[in-house]
Amino acid sequence: MGMTMTQKILAAHAGKVTVQPGELIEAHLDLVLGNDVTTPPAIRIFEEAGLETVFDPNKVVLVPDHFTPNKDIQSAEHCAKMRRFAKSHDLDHYYEQGEPGMGVEHVILPENGLVAPGDAIIGADSHTCTYGALGAFATGVGSTDLAYAMATGKTWFRVPDAIRVYLTGQLAEGVTGKDVVLHLIGQIGVDGALYQSLEFAGPGTEVLSMAERLTICNMAIEAGAKNGIFPVDAKTVDYLKQYAPQRYAEQNYTIHQADEDAVYRQTITIDLAQLRQTVAFPHLPENTRETGTFEAIPIDQVVIGSCTNGRLEDMRLAARWLKGRTVAKGVRLIILPGSQRVYRQALEEGLLAVFADANAVISAPTCGPCLGGHMGILAAGERCVATTNRNFVGRMGHPKSEVYLAGIPVACASAVLGRVAGTDELPD
Amino acid sequence: MNIHGKAFKYGANVDTDVIIPARYLNTSDPDTLAGHCMEDLDPDFIRTVTKGDLIVAGPNFGCGSSREHAPVAIKASGISCVIAPSFARIFFRNAINMGLPILESAEAAQSISTGDQISVDLSTGRIVNETTGETFQAQPFPPFIQKIIEANGLMGTLKQD
Ligand code: SF4
Repeated sequence: MGMTMTQKILAAHAGKVTVQPGELIEAHLDLVLGNDVTTPPAIRIFEEAGLETVFDPNKVVLVPDHFTPNKDIQSAEHCAKMRRFAKSHDLDHYYEQGEPGMGVEHVILPENGLVAPGDAIIGADSHTCTYGALGAFATGVGSTDLAYAMATGKTWFRVPDAIRVYLTGQLAEGVTGKDVVLHLIGQIGVDGALYQSLEFAGPGTEVLSMAERLTICNMAIEAGAKNGIFPVDAKTVDYLKQYAPQRYAEQNYTIHQADEDAVYRQTITIDLAQLRQTVAFPHLPENTRETGTFEAIPIDQVVIGSCTNGRLEDMRLAARWLKGRTVAKGVRLIILPGSQRVYRQALEEGLLAVFADANAVISAPTCGPCLGGHMGILAAGERCVATTNRNFVGRMGHPKSEVYLAGIPVACASAVLGRVAGTDELPD
Repeated sequence: MNIHGKAFKYGANVDTDVIIPARYLNTSDPDTLAGHCMEDLDPDFIRTVTKGDLIVAGPNFGCGSSREHAPVAIKASGISCVIAPSFARIFFRNAINMGLPILESAEAAQSISTGDQISVDLSTGRIVNETTGETFQAQPFPPFIQKIIEANGLMGTLKQD
């Protein structure tokens, strides 16, 4: 029986020729990630077990990003604990606020050259699945997994079945990777891919930029998936060349391809040309509707950023739609570049000036409002359009607030018009 | 390993926010977390649960965030096992990793009621409802996972090695 890309990567990391769906394996890991929410409990577990060393100080990555710059004393204590651990274990990849490589974890790991095709990666954060965009296997776990993997460089997996998502055609103007993934989740539901991989395939994959692939894989978990993964093509290799020059030069990566006779539970075909700007209504990412198909919904806030849409391409796209326009009266637009590198580049390209001219608030790179942490919490009854990935009850603040998920163009149009809207409603 | 206790029965899609509300996530102390376990869904739970009791629920138990506070709270409250037709993926991992036994059985999940006396043999997956006399067969854990549960969680296996 043929294997999927995911199954091949898992087999390679378990030292096996083949694996079967459902099989339990122990796999070696190329990278282990934690953040300021999940790492402090993992450190406690690590220390209570009497462990003294990490398996490889070059492969344990710790990122303070959720409640940073520290929002309160409790957050400061958590970050301090993580910083001490990183120092005492001599970790190469601990990214302090303001350093060139710092930012939101899933934005910076690819940017810092820490992800390459064929890698097996776990992170104590459910959106670790983002890295599938580069043809790696990556999935989210809990703090005990993190502690165990920091010590051993290994973890256990149940080998997943897969759904093949076959993409054809090209996206229309103003339609983005976010619309692709929202459409997919709307179609299969929030548990539509439970325990399974989402394996993207078809000619449509090649027309999507790396930024769009990262956005799509980021939200695989929102369909319940274990991981999402894209085939490796020329764009992936170009990305590697730019962001991971050393691994590229050493050819230190492996391109796995799904077998011709790989078995999928089902194949879902999406013609990219048919997709329209899409919004996920409260309170589940599966509640999707196309813009123009609902009544006017007035809003109080717009958030642009996060590990879903906080990359340089997203900032450029936001500037394209905001240039020469201003935010509607009574609406707050908060823009969070996803990393220090993105921030600096946006500054150099004049994008931040466009945002300031539009009356946006420009924040330091942080998760902030995405998880209802800080930097834009909603009051009871307030509505927000966000380029983030979850709109559960209370996700961005008060349990009686509402989050509408969308891509960058819809977020910009909504900020300018003061209601949930597509770009075709913008005046010229 | 044998389990014996009374059942608490809940519905489908019990999410991690209901198991332990987000407002208590700024601590990771198991006893503090246990003190708030299930409080938004069943305020009586924490007052009536006794060591060894079981939670029996509908499909997709533990959906939502990846935080381990949810299985930590359940285990520290005294619950010895959760039975449901299916579990959300990261909850499934977290529960096993910290040595909280969970069993998938749609039949048992459907027919057990709150207050029933239940016994479970984890090595065979056999579930007995002593109140009604019914028995159910869940898939037992493979040896690899049984070893984790018996070591009281993933870190326990590390100590043994
Ligand atoms: S930006 Fe949001 S979804 Fe992404 S890691 Fe941060 S909190 Fe999680």
